[in-house]
Amino acid sequence: MSETQTALCIMFLLLTPLAGGGLALMNAGLGRTRNAAHSMMAALCVIAVAACVYFVCGRAFQGYAGGLARVLTIAGKPWDWLGAEPWFFSGLPMDSFGVGLVIGAPPVFLFAWFGILSVGLAGLIPLGSGADRWRLGAVCASTALLSGLTFPVFAHWSWGGGWLAQLGVNFGLGRGYLDAGGAGTIHALGGLTALAITWIVGARRGKYTSEGMPMAIPGHNAVLVLFGCMVAFVGWLGLNSAGAMLFAGVGLGRVPLIAVNTLLGASASALVAAVITKLRFGKPDASLTANGWVGGLVAGSAGCAFVPPAAILIVGLVAGALVTFSVELLDLRLEVDDPGGAISVHAVGGIWGVLAVGLFGRLEAAGDGQLLAQVVGIGTLIGFVLPLTYGLNWLLNLGMPQRVAVEGEHQGMDLYELGAGAYPEFMTHTDDFMR
Amino acid sequence: MDLILAKSMKIAGFLLLLAGWLLILSALALLARSGPRNAFLLAGSGVELLGLVLFVRSHITLKEDSD
Repeated sequence: MSETQTALCIMFLLLTPLAGGGLALMNAGLGRTRNAAHSMMAALCVIAVAACVYFVCGRAFQGYAGGLARVLTIAGKPWDWLGAEPWFFSGLPMDSFGVGLVIGAPPVFLFAWFGILSVGLAGLIPLGSGADRWRLGAVCASTALLSGLTFPVFAHWSWGGGWLAQLGVNFGLGRGYLDAGGAGTIHALGGLTALAITWIVGARRGKYTSEGMPMAIPGHNAVLVLFGCMVAFVGWLGLNSAGAMLFAGVGLGRVPLIAVNTLLGASASALVAAVITKLRFGKPDASLTANGWVGGLVAGSAGCAFVPPAAILIVGLVAGALVTFSVELLDLRLEVDDPGGAISVHAVGGIWGVLAVGLFGRLEAAGDGQLLAQVVGIGTLIGFVLPLTYGLNWLLNLGMPQRVAVEGEHQGMDLYELGAGAYPEFMTHTDDFMR
Repeated sequence: MDLILAKSMKIAGFLLLLAGWLLILSALALLARSGPRNAFLLAGSGVELLGLVLFVRSHITLKEDSD
């Protein structure tokens, strides 16, 4: 990377934490008043645990393209399956420019910086699904598993020169699995972990009647949710731009396209969600429109640098419809209680975004097979990441119950786990304790 | 009875998810011609889908049973 590219990449990386801030605000707003402080505290803990665990071993397992890795040779083809870099960020040059300016040398510190931010973002996603009943200690332990194992392994395969990234070189499938902004690596992975968590902790008390009918438990602050969307958008601009420069090798000339695509995808998706809810319920629904906005950001991430704006509009339109209908499907038919809509937004939106690269991507020298490479990536997310994250969290649940005790759910997570509420001047209703 | 059935479905779904993924990996590793390889990749995805459906159904049955 040139000096200018490195400087701009650093600027984009500085914007990226806003994506996490936006998601944290949305999760807090979509939960109840009595759990708001707990939600934000959990978000902070997730970012902290993810950063520390990724520092210890996550970056070593993720590695980078051209770095040290464990490789198996099967039928004459190399299968790069795990990074083998030193733990504790050892061996990283202190000065990113020192290495970045050497022609052909990978900007290894920027890879590590992007990784430590991405893993925190992936860890925040399940918080929306486990809201109102997921214990703080279990949140931290589950995040440690995600950031120490699940995320680094898949990130190595997709971003670190692993077998998914090499599908093009080794098996002639286009340019290999492509995911510039992390639709699969961050969002689908986080969304599938959210699905595993909702299955393990179960539905909130009072969410379903004994006949299985879902009850509406609306979020407590639509302003937080909608403001979170705007904050997340700024973070996504940084995330997509930095990801495309680092993992897809695009130059500065593509940054305006990435910025326009990021906005267009989110806009189309949010508008579709607003229109669908207006048609179905008589008025546009704020929380579903917000979920549509983020669903569009997620879906547009994978192909932000390769898909023309007209196609990203279609990607956004489909994402908006998918998010809205899958929220309903999960809630009504599959009895999955996901207060933040994280599964629909991140898992469904992310998988659609990965597929969209194969359908709409305009890639130089890609040849045939890009769609199949993306399908293999999706197959790996569903067939490997979901069982792995479910299995790890199921085992964790045996030793450390993830769901809060009944009295904690009645009292609210703020009082039960933190000893103080987010809104201390509010009256506490008797039924909050008695139900 | 439902509980045993649901737990069996859950294990079967879990194993089918992994089997589908292994089918995809095997197709990549063992088949050189693009036609059969692509067919096996899609078949592997189909097996995963079946596993996912079983996994989801098992959780619905388990939840109804616990209610």
